[in-house]
Amino acid sequence: MRLDVVGLHCTRGYRSLFSELAFTLEAGQLLLVEGHNGSGKTTLLKTLAGLREPDAGQVLWEQQQPIVWLGHSNGIKDDLTALENLQMMQVMAGADSLLRRDAKSCISTLERMGLAGNGHRFPRHFSAGMKRRLALCRLLLSSACLWILDEPQAALDKAGIQLFEALLAEHLAQGGSAIMTSHHHVGLQGSHIQRLLLAA
Amino acid sequence: MHIAKAFLSVLKRDVTVAFRHRNEIFNPLLFFSLVTLLFPLGIGPSPKLLQTIAPGILWVAALLAALLAADNLFRSDYEDGTLEQLVLSPQPLSLMVTAKVLAHWLVSAVPLLLLTPLLAVSFGLDAPTIGVALLTLLLGTPVLSFVGAIGVALTVSLKRSGMLLALLVLPLYVPVLIFGSNAIDTAASGLPVNGQLYLLAAMLVLAVTLAPLAIAAALKMSVSQ
Repeated sequence: MRLDVVGLHCTRGYRSLFSELAFTLEAGQLLLVEGHNGSGKTTLLKTLAGLREPDAGQVLWEQQQPIVWLGHSNGIKDDLTALENLQMMQVMAGADSLLRRDAKSCISTLERMGLAGNGHRFPRHFSAGMKRRLALCRLLLSSACLWILDEPQAALDKAGIQLFEALLAEHLAQGGSAIMTSHHHVGLQGSHIQRLLLAA
Repeated sequence: MHIAKAFLSVLKRDVTVAFRHRNEIFNPLLFFSLVTLLFPLGIGPSPKLLQTIAPGILWVAALLAALLAADNLFRSDYEDGTLEQLVLSPQPLSLMVTAKVLAHWLVSAVPLLLLTPLLAVSFGLDAPTIGVALLTLLLGTPVLSFVGAIGVALTVSLKRSGMLLALLVLPLYVPVLIFGSNAIDTAASGLPVNGQLYLLAAMLVLAVTLAPLAIAAALKMSVSQ
C-alpha cells in the first residue's frame, strides 16, 4: 500500500499555493504537513483525499481503497444520537467493516473514546471536545489503510490527545499510514515520521 | 446486498432526522394548505370559477412548496460535514443520493398528498377528478424532488442561493406543471387523461434514473469548494 504524489500543483482563488509537490508515503508511515495559516495545508489534504481535483499533477492511490477523512467539520449529525451516528459511520465506511457492524462494537468504541454512557445523548448537547472524540470514532470503525486528518487534536483535552496518539501509533504499527496537519506537538518518534513543510 | 443495506440506512437516517426537526415537514405543508385555502376565500364561492382555477392553483402551490422544501435537502449535511463523508464513502454516491431524495420526498411531499383531497373539496372538485389530481401529484412530486435536488446540489456551497435555485429549477418544473394541471382540467370535463399520465410517468422514470447521476456530480463539485 503506497501513496505517490507527483508534481502536484494547487491554486486557490488565482493564488498559487504550492507547485511541483512530490512525495511518497509507504505503509506504516506518518506524514506531518506543516506550514503557517493559509499555506494550503487543508487544500493539500482535500486534494489527497479526492475532494478536490489538483490543478496539475497526480495523486496515485488505488481508487477502490477506502480512506478515513476527518476535516474541520466533524461530520456528525446533531439530530442523531451518538450511537446512531456511529452506526451511520459504519455504513459509510463500506463493505470492509460489515463484519464488525453491530451495536456492541459501537458501544465499545464509545467506551474506548471516553464517551461511555453518552450513547443515547444527542451531540448537540456535547462540548466541542466530546464532538471531536465522537468524530474520531470513525478511526476505530473503519478498516481503511489511509487516514487523512486535518487538525485531529483540535478541541481535545490532554487525555484526548494522548488517546488519539495511541490510536495513531496502533494504526501505524499495523501497517496503516496517515497524513495529518497539526499545530500541536505530536508525541510520536521514529524514522517512520516524515515532515512536509508548505511555505507559500 | 450491503449496498441495499446502506441505501436503507441512509433512507432511515434522513427520515429520522426530519422527524426530529419537524418544521422541515410542516413548513411546506403549511405553505401548501394556506395558499390553496386562501384562493377560494379570496375569489368567492363561485363553484364554476373555482373548478376552473383549481388544477392550476393546486399544482402551482405544490410546485412552490417543493421548491421551498428543496433548500433543506443538502444544506445541513453540507454544514456539518456529513456530505464530505458521503462523497468519500466507498458506497456508490448516486445510490446514496437517491436514498436521500426519496427520504426527502417521503417527508415533504407525502403529507401534502394526503392533504390534497381535503383541499380539493374546497374547490368543489368531484371525486373522480380528485383521484386524478392525486395521481398526477403522486407521479409529479417525485420529479420535482429529483430535479430540485440537482439545483440544490449545485448551489449548496453558496451562502444565499434561494433566488438562484428558483431560477435554475423552475424552468425544469414547467413541463410537470403543464401536464399535471392539464390532466386535472381534462378529467374535470370528463375526458380520458391517459396521455398526460403516461407523460408524467415517463418524466418520473427519466428523473429517477438520470437525476441521481447529475446530483452526485454536482455534489462532488460543491464539496470541492
